[in-house]
Amino acid sequence: MERLRKIGDVVLKMEGISLAFGGVKALADVSFEVRAHEILAIIGPNGAGKSSMLNVINGFYRPQQGSITFHGRTRKQMEPHEAATQGIARTFQNIALFKGMSTLDNIMTGRNTMMKRNLLWQALYYGPALKEEIEHRAACERIIDFLEIEAIRRAPVGKLPYGLQKRVELGRALAAEPTLLLLDEPMAGMNLEEKQDMCRFILDVNDEFGTTIVLIEHDMGVVMDISDRVVVLDYGRKIAEGTPDAVRANQTVIDAYLGVAH
Amino acid sequence: MTIPAAASAADTLPKLVLDNARRRGHRAAFREKDYGIWQQWTWQQAADEIRALACGLAALGLKRGDKLTTVGDNRPRLYWAMVATQAIGGVPVPVYQDSVAAEMGHVLAHAGVRFAVAENQEQVDKLIEIKEICPELELIVYCDSRGLKHYAQPYLKSYAEVQEMGRAFATANPDFFDATVACGQGGEVALITYTSGTTGQSKGVMLTFANLIETARNAAQLDGLGENEEMLSYLPMAWVGDIIFSLGQSYVCGFCISCPESAATVLADLREIGPTYFFAPPRIFENILTSVMIRIEDASAPKRGMFRYFMNLARRVGADILDGKPVPPADRLLYALGEALVYGPLRNVLGFSRVRLAYTAGEAIGPDIFRFYRSLGVNIKQLYGSTESSVFVTVQPDGHIKADSVGVPVPGVEIRVAESGEVMFRGPGVFHSYYKNEEATRATKTPDGWVRTGDAGFVDADGQLHIIDRAKDVGRMKSGGIFAPKYIENKLKFFPYIREAVAFGDERDFVTAFLNIDLAAVGNWAERRGLAYSGYADLAQQPVVLDLLDDCVRKVNADLASESRLADSQIRRFLVLHKELDADDGELTRTRKLRRAFVVEKYAPLAEALYSGRDRCAIETEVTFENGRKGRISAELIIRDVPAVPTLCKAG
Repeated sequence: MERLRKIGDVVLKMEGISLAFGGVKALADVSFEVRAHEILAIIGPNGAGKSSMLNVINGFYRPQQGSITFHGRTRKQMEPHEAATQGIARTFQNIALFKGMSTLDNIMTGRNTMMKRNLLWQALYYGPALKEEIEHRAACERIIDFLEIEAIRRAPVGKLPYGLQKRVELGRALAAEPTLLLLDEPMAGMNLEEKQDMCRFILDVNDEFGTTIVLIEHDMGVVMDISDRVVVLDYGRKIAEGTPDAVRANQTVIDAYLGVAH
Repeated sequence: MTIPAAASAADTLPKLVLDNARRRGHRAAFREKDYGIWQQWTWQQAADEIRALACGLAALGLKRGDKLTTVGDNRPRLYWAMVATQAIGGVPVPVYQDSVAAEMGHVLAHAGVRFAVAENQEQVDKLIEIKEICPELELIVYCDSRGLKHYAQPYLKSYAEVQEMGRAFATANPDFFDATVACGQGGEVALITYTSGTTGQSKGVMLTFANLIETARNAAQLDGLGENEEMLSYLPMAWVGDIIFSLGQSYVCGFCISCPESAATVLADLREIGPTYFFAPPRIFENILTSVMIRIEDASAPKRGMFRYFMNLARRVGADILDGKPVPPADRLLYALGEALVYGPLRNVLGFSRVRLAYTAGEAIGPDIFRFYRSLGVNIKQLYGSTESSVFVTVQPDGHIKADSVGVPVPGVEIRVAESGEVMFRGPGVFHSYYKNEEATRATKTPDGWVRTGDAGFVDADGQLHIIDRAKDVGRMKSGGIFAPKYIENKLKFFPYIREAVAFGDERDFVTAFLNIDLAAVGNWAERRGLAYSGYADLAQQPVVLDLLDDCVRKVNADLASESRLADSQIRRFLVLHKELDADDGELTRTRKLRRAFVVEKYAPLAEALYSGRDRCAIETEVTFENGRKGRISAELIIRDVPAVPTLCKAG
């Protein structure tokens, strides 16, 4: 597919990341780079350390070794609030929405870090606070339009089908206007039609806003179709990296997925 | 009612727009829900938008007589595109937004369309695909640029871009627009709308400005429409009904039309707008009623009880109160209580609080559904018409509503029933001719202006018209009794569990039928019984579901047995199809009417099985998915026998 925005420089560099929970080594000396405007997929069998890697990127987990370079600044670990304010947003493998709140309110929470007025102003709901609220609402409505979820704007998300909840979660992540979007299995548990819709939205986000996307996915068809590059993890180690075609042909990857006699 | 001189001088839609901008320039003309807010344009703003677009199209070379197609959901910009085209003498050819590329290609190639205005990427993709078979298509204008940024085709332009060119053009030629609008004549062809093709390949019906404006005006006067009406424009823009309501009557009366946010939000938008004037095909009224009934079934026992009690009361006296007939004072009092507790809140939830006038047409509406709305106090009326008549032929008159008739002719229209039983009409709305189809025009329109409708019907003692069926579909049973398939199918479809039905019986000993279950209604019914199913095909063949339908068929038979002429056409065997009949597979038209000949041919083995005495039949069919891919599904269908109900005379 032809791209509107050319893939640019490295925006995120993970170097020698190791993460252990007690004796369990989740990640062992993993290094890779993410470039501006690209879609990078992280794949691997269950327990390979994919979600852990996302959690390290946005500061949920603190790696014991290694360094993270984001927008030119190198640090040992990311702080979650720092990640959020610097333009990293994410979705979760098990949907983490506020079930009792409407689609619109859930998406509004994604703009939390951008709201400047303090609690008192917001409680007064007058003057600058009102103006700010209108601006944020307008931004959320653009996302609702973009993701074609107008019909469920007022519906409590707990009552929505799974595929739509996933879309709302993507909406909330987009509300933060991220430059780097982390998607943890955005298509898990979806039927074919929902998967196709989600693929289209991911590509559209990348195209329309130029957002860099790192995603974890199990569906190989999806990974091969939409990603520019693939990083393969197995037992916490990086075993391959490259274009989808190169990775598919890689014998180590095939062994990891199909299993070999040790 | 006298019409102001200024209005009668405006004999084309573009002139009416300018006229409205002069007389009620500050009043709302169009609304569209976008980004969650109702955006509004006044008549003056709409006129300016139309002027900019018309000048832009003229600058791009659209000439008098050129065809321009519009395709997309109801959007003000597409309505403007139609009028802008007319303003410079072009002819709009609106097409159905859900038609697949091949269908659209056929229409555009036949019409020789040069320009297209498309809503979004989806429609642009289709137009690009069919450009090869439509050599005359030169330019595609799109309203919404999303996803179109890397389309490099030189023949693509954005709506805003064209309007920008138009503004520059208008500055250079300040008199152009008013002069070209003044050139328009009432007798000119205003647009070509392609029929839905119930009877094979669709035909392009040419309607003149006079057709649209006079018909719109007559009907508006009949039911007292004014500039304060509110209407939701949500039906396909290519359909003549939407053209008459959203272009004709809105421009003639000067009322505002509102376009919903998306097809999925229509019911919510309906509630927000609270229209005073509403049109919906029976199917929509049926769907709304079904959704109400499903929610009532899930409500708590006291609420259910209250609903039942007051709906029974409404069924008894509601329609009479609406018609102004005498009703006992005690019932009136109870009805007023019901109004406060049930009817008012229910109408509010449905968005019908302000409806003064609701029309339905296109198919027969179930008498129960019809009575439900009338007893709630919604003034719903049936009308009868066609594309060839600019919609209005007959309308049910206030105060004399008969559920099974379609009413009396609107002012200016005459009707007569030919010896063959076919209904014919004549009036100001009679179409100009079929585009590039002289033969069909001659076959439909007599030299003295009568139009054959192809419907069989009769006029009763009150002068009200009743429609039985398509004239060519009325057949004979071997026993000699008449067989009116649509009549039987409608009776079946009036049950909420049955979505579609196809009856067979011409030249046969007895009548049989294919049925489609209504997945929402039967699905809910099954859930309440704790019945597990995996999908449509599975649910449709469950024995309890077949029992449910068996019951419906028996009731239809009892009904038929009570009408001596139709007693022979009781349904003796039926089966439930393994897939829903679908327009994508060519089984229904885009307006969801059955394409009988096609269905009969496609499912011939099943029809044979119905008459062979077997109790099962295997079938494999091709299906088209929404994304255009094709697949095959196969199933084994169970055939059920139903006993005939003895007619009264036989029993006696």
